[in-house]
Amino acid sequence: MRTSTNGHRRGPGRSLYPARYSAAELFRRGLAGEPWPPAWRQQPMKGSYDVVIVGGGVHGLAAAYYLATNHGITDVAVLDKGYMGSGGSGRNTAILRSNYLTPEGVRFYDRSVQLYQRLATDLDYNVMFSQRGHLTLAHSDASLRTMRWRAEVNKVEGVDSEVIGPAEIKRLAPFLDVSPAARYPIMGALWHPPGGIIRHDAVVWGYARGASARGVHIHQNTEVTGIDVAGGRVRGVRTSNGDIATPVVLNATAGWSTLISDMAGVTMPVMTSPLQAAVTEPVKPFLSTVIVSGTLHVYISQTDRGELVFGASVDPFTSYSMRGSLEFIEGLAGHVLELMPALGKVRLLRQWAGLCDMTPDFSPIMGQTPVDGFLVDVGWGTYGFKAGPVSGEAMAQCIASGQTPEIIAAFGLERFGEGALVGEKGAAAVGH
Amino acid sequence: MILLPCPWCGPRAATEFAHIGEVSVRPDPGSATPAQWRGYLYLHANPCGWTSETWYHRMGCRRFIKVERHTETNEVRSASAGGVAEVPGGQAAAWARGAEIPAGGPAR
Repeated sequence: MRTSTNGHRRGPGRSLYPARYSAAELFRRGLAGEPWPPAWRQQPMKGSYDVVIVGGGVHGLAAAYYLATNHGITDVAVLDKGYMGSGGSGRNTAILRSNYLTPEGVRFYDRSVQLYQRLATDLDYNVMFSQRGHLTLAHSDASLRTMRWRAEVNKVEGVDSEVIGPAEIKRLAPFLDVSPAARYPIMGALWHPPGGIIRHDAVVWGYARGASARGVHIHQNTEVTGIDVAGGRVRGVRTSNGDIATPVVLNATAGWSTLISDMAGVTMPVMTSPLQAAVTEPVKPFLSTVIVSGTLHVYISQTDRGELVFGASVDPFTSYSMRGSLEFIEGLAGHVLELMPALGKVRLLRQWAGLCDMTPDFSPIMGQTPVDGFLVDVGWGTYGFKAGPVSGEAMAQCIASGQTPEIIAAFGLERFGEGALVGEKGAAAVGH
Repeated sequence: MILLPCPWCGPRAATEFAHIGEVSVRPDPGSATPAQWRGYLYLHANPCGWTSETWYHRMGCRRFIKVERHTETNEVRSASAGGVAEVPGGQAAAWARGAEIPAGGPAR
């Protein structure tokens, strides 16, 4: 197998791109009045591909990119029924972290943070990763106990996490109400310095540009309507824009992963629920960390534009609807003001929802399935975006070698039959 | 807002209810194989369309009801007595099979 480079190389690799993004190039084009070329090419759809990836989000595009860079497999099509990044990749709250609870989870998400750290260089694309630190608040003895547990597991795995007290929390986030008189007093927090936020659209576009430059075809507005399986093997994919013959299909969808898997005859232990989020009008920078409260079902960060982004837990019922609700926004506002009373006069700009495929153990489902050539990278619940790079890298390796890489061995579909679940509920979800 | 027409209490906001999940048949614990039991626990149809599911009216009559709901539009077609968590052969099962519900709700 070729050495893993993740596209990280200087010199000739860069000339693949239609234009290099740099200050000098910006200056030159500005002076010459020369427009920027499109970042990725639009290709006509072929009748067959070596690999078809369903879902043009960060997972699907990252898998295509690493197939091309690490394994030299470029006869790949990425299909999306909308536009790329229109699903979970464009609807999440862009938080990255690796402070999980199980050793398998910590190792996996830590690899993702490492890939994110050098993604801008690998892709020659500014993904605006800001490692500003991540603070998970504890409002009870029970959650403080889970945080000590997480901190210890993290330290063993070499991930920087520690439990801190209210005085230290106040120093990091002066606008938090840390008084004991609060309705839900802040008793401590899990402080995770490598965590932060990133520009999620840029990650999607950067992977699309990198994959396209290496020969991957990206077909937007192409809905998969069926998967042909014969003799226990994948033979092809039927789409709204024509049929494709292929021996390998990767289901990298979020929200619709059950429907795509059903087409191949694979039943998924997944329930789909919407997760709502909201953003305020821009205010001056005052919040330098990501704040999470599991008890209050809320996470807060401030973007580079000054807007406050709020996320929550999934709606308490299954649905494929992506409409926002008044109940959510009422509850969210109450919880945010509980933490930061000073935000009382800040107005909300908009709210939206994305679909989350929840698994019984709050861990993803990755790798091969009983149908030969049908692979899944699904069940990403509320934590899919932060795992984009490592999932793409691992699934590319899985497709290229036909073997399940060690880093995702614990996340196979077969674990539900064997009873070997990877319980991440204590660290993956805010609503529990 | 989703309104669920509770057969006992009338139309109420879905926030009064707990969503239990798809109506599915529980295998007999005495004879089910581990594979059957795990299938019952973990595998779901999770359809994008009409589904039949159980809700629990936790802030109302505290009864389980069976709801026909479209999972993409959240339109509710019907709600009736009964549901997955009821004892087979009990009164709720009879209501679920279509037995007449007394006017003004059931006797407690």
